[in-house]
Amino acid sequence: MSAQYKLVRFNLNGKEVEKMVDVRASLTDMLRNDFRMTSVKKGCEVGECGACNVLIDGEAFNSCIYLAIWAEGKKIQTLESLLGPGGELSDIQEAFVEETAIQCGFCTPGFIMTTVEILNAGKLYSDEELRRLLAGHLCRCTGYENIFRAVKKVMYRRLGKELPEA
Amino acid sequence: MSIAYKSEVRVDAFDKVTGRTKYYEDLIPADALYVRIKHAEIAHGFVKKIDTDAAEKIPGVVKVLTCFDVPDIPFPTAGHPWSMDPSHQDVADRYLLNQHVHYWGDDIAVVIAEDEVSASQGVRALKVEYEELPFVLDVLKAMEPGAPQLHEKYPNNILKHTSMTKGDYKKAIEEPGLIKVEGWYDTPTVQHCHIENHGCFAYEENGRMTVVSSTQIPHIIRRVVGQALGRSWGNIRIIKPYIGGGFGNKQDALYEPLCAWCCTQVGGRCVRVICSREETFVSNRVRHAMRIHLVTWLTPDGSIAARKVECFSNQGAYASHGHSICAKAMGSFAQHYPCAHMECDAYTVFTNRPTAGAMRGYGMPQASFADESNIEDCAEAVGMDPMEFRNKNIMPQGFVDGFSKNENFYDTYRECMAKGAAYVDYEKKRAEYANDTGPIRRGIGLATFWYNTGVYPISLETSSNRMLLNLDGTVTMQCGETEIGQGADTAYAQMTAEAIGLASYRDVNVVSCQDTDITPTGLGAYASRQTYMAGFSISQTAALLKEKILKHAQALTRQAPLNLDIVDGYVVRKDDNRRLMSLSELAMTVQYDPVNSDHITAESTYTIRNNAYSFGCTFAEVEVNIPMCKVTVTRMVNVHDCGRLINPALAEAQVHGGMSMAIGFGASEQLLFDERNGKPLNNNLLDYKLSTFMDHPRLEALFIENPEPTSPFGTKALGEPPACSGAPAIRNAIKQATGVAIDHIPINPQVLYAELVKAGVIHDEWQEV
Repeated sequence: MSAQYKLVRFNLNGKEVEKMVDVRASLTDMLRNDFRMTSVKKGCEVGECGACNVLIDGEAFNSCIYLAIWAEGKKIQTLESLLGPGGELSDIQEAFVEETAIQCGFCTPGFIMTTVEILNAGKLYSDEELRRLLAGHLCRCTGYENIFRAVKKVMYRRLGKELPEA
Repeated sequence: MSIAYKSEVRVDAFDKVTGRTKYYEDLIPADALYVRIKHAEIAHGFVKKIDTDAAEKIPGVVKVLTCFDVPDIPFPTAGHPWSMDPSHQDVADRYLLNQHVHYWGDDIAVVIAEDEVSASQGVRALKVEYEELPFVLDVLKAMEPGAPQLHEKYPNNILKHTSMTKGDYKKAIEEPGLIKVEGWYDTPTVQHCHIENHGCFAYEENGRMTVVSSTQIPHIIRRVVGQALGRSWGNIRIIKPYIGGGFGNKQDALYEPLCAWCCTQVGGRCVRVICSREETFVSNRVRHAMRIHLVTWLTPDGSIAARKVECFSNQGAYASHGHSICAKAMGSFAQHYPCAHMECDAYTVFTNRPTAGAMRGYGMPQASFADESNIEDCAEAVGMDPMEFRNKNIMPQGFVDGFSKNENFYDTYRECMAKGAAYVDYEKKRAEYANDTGPIRRGIGLATFWYNTGVYPISLETSSNRMLLNLDGTVTMQCGETEIGQGADTAYAQMTAEAIGLASYRDVNVVSCQDTDITPTGLGAYASRQTYMAGFSISQTAALLKEKILKHAQALTRQAPLNLDIVDGYVVRKDDNRRLMSLSELAMTVQYDPVNSDHITAESTYTIRNNAYSFGCTFAEVEVNIPMCKVTVTRMVNVHDCGRLINPALAEAQVHGGMSMAIGFGASEQLLFDERNGKPLNNNLLDYKLSTFMDHPRLEALFIENPEPTSPFGTKALGEPPACSGAPAIRNAIKQATGVAIDHIPINPQVLYAELVKAGVIHDEWQEV
């Protein structure tokens, strides 16, 4: 095998995996093409839109500007990991459904994975802080309004606090 | 219990929230070849020669095709219903690849390869010789004598010019004492920016062509692919899976014809065309930039005596949807603020910019910006409050448009403005903000709009669907009207369940994916038409299905059909409301009847010969940071009357998205071009300023639900209306805050700086030095 391909071993959604990949391939391409992770979307491929967002060791990254070979030894988490064994939605996914935060659905996986990162911090963010934390994602359908409501709702629910009136 | 008119969860929510929903790119077979397009790097001229040798030698490259290889068949691309009248057919000015380059980014060659890298390398290895011609980017300059000519058949680059007159404008303006309010209003070239770029893949199967595409209009695409390839239409199959937004860009044939043709050039192997974001900005469609000239003549008591309207629409390189957009913009003025004497002209003009096509609002955001900016200045000219001036002059209740026969059945405009004004405390804020003088100044602005529902009577309006009673008593429904993110499938499920008498919208399986081999013919997602239009065919087909069901029920229960109904999934006897049998029991009994088996289906087409006015307004509040020349939209409220809401939560979400697009249109978005060579400068999501989470205030949607009497479900347009009035509301709020009327958008810091300097609000010492 030429130097163009390299074996990469990593943890994908809790499972140890390995794959020979083109050293030029992005993590997006590897996740979509080799592992059929359809939640990883391509909207710009240069890190502008956020549709390809995944968690790498718990931190949100645009996988389109992250080389596949850099996944070596990392813990990669895609939206597919959030679903329970019996098909149960996570609290964040539930909130996106309840708050009508989904339209065409193309930006949704990226937003949800960033929300996982934000809410894993266990902090109570102000509206302004939440908006800033979510600003790495573009959406053309929702005006961000219902996405904001969904994220805020779960943040309060997880902290056991009552959601203030809008 | 009603099933429609309730906030139900989207039928596709679970799959979308888990990432399972399949878009075209998730469906491409692994062995599909890659097609990469070579785009012209001049704004205007001719391709003289393309040297393909180096590209063909690259390992992995399968075939190189150029503008010298394509069939000599010009075709139209607009996503309009076909017209049997040749004079109403769309302009056929497209070729699959072009020798005559009309804009920077025009398609001139393709490289087909086994993998993406080889295809891209192949494109870079093509050597193109051009004969360059002068180019023109501005709409007015393109009309000047001696301007570069784009298309032979259209002198002065005018694709079309239409006029409309009413009364006697010239005589009317001679009346003494009239006050004249004149302005030129400019709107920018913007792009749809759906997060999923357009793309498609094509393959032949048993001699038939299949194209799977990210499109809003599968049945229309079948016709265009047939026309472009000179192939019989029945030989073509278009499949539309879920799509990641469209907003009008995908209401055009984009790369489906080229993709299908490439497939035929490699023996029917599967080929894929995937647009990059950069290509999407330039080589798909954009919104028409418009320059609109308004002259309004007012009587001293604040009535509009006469009005002149001139719209100049920048069509870009090819006709696409063409003049229909500018004509719609022009037509809006006489209905929005009717007055006795008007002179209106609309010009659609070719330039060497990317091709303009349909985009959410179809000319109305441009017209509304001009109209509502001018009206705001009219109010000031006669010393009236902007809302009072609008109340006095806006389309009154009972107004009927002579052409569309649309009627303003209610006093909707005033109701919308009153509701919004009370909600935002308009009068109090207007008074309060009038006194702001410091570095941060606040303002509140208002703007209104109207919108049609669908395209009748200009074009055909038709909707078909098919319903099948399943053996468990649920119903499968198919129609050609497409889900593009707005929630159409959920609305159809609710309407179908309501019309038949099922227990829940979950008892309806709406087949989301359109396949022209299977799906009844429909026109697709555009013109804010679908809920209204599908409503007719759903109610008609449901009635047919119900009649069949009740006929079987008569045989099985001995009761007269007139005394039977379907309620909550049961056949009931009306007189005593007794449940006689479930739909499941009925379907099973009938299907497995050993003598007269029947699978119970209904299918019908309804030709709609109605249109409906949809109305609304926006209230925007801004804070203008004078030293920083920065506008912050601090609050935005839209009020809509789109009739009854089939699903209030989805309607609200739809309004949010339109408001967001309007904020971008008014404050930040524009596609820029290098004046020296016509090259696009910011065709990416970093440099093109699409609104982010940080650029938005809380968005709020209010509704007035006056039932639309022409609709079986009392509903009318909502898809596009939310994008129409936001930009002028922001402009008017900035005017209140700064005292400066800015007549071109986007009002970004550069524009605001220049305008504030010009008005003397800020003094730039550096300039004075």
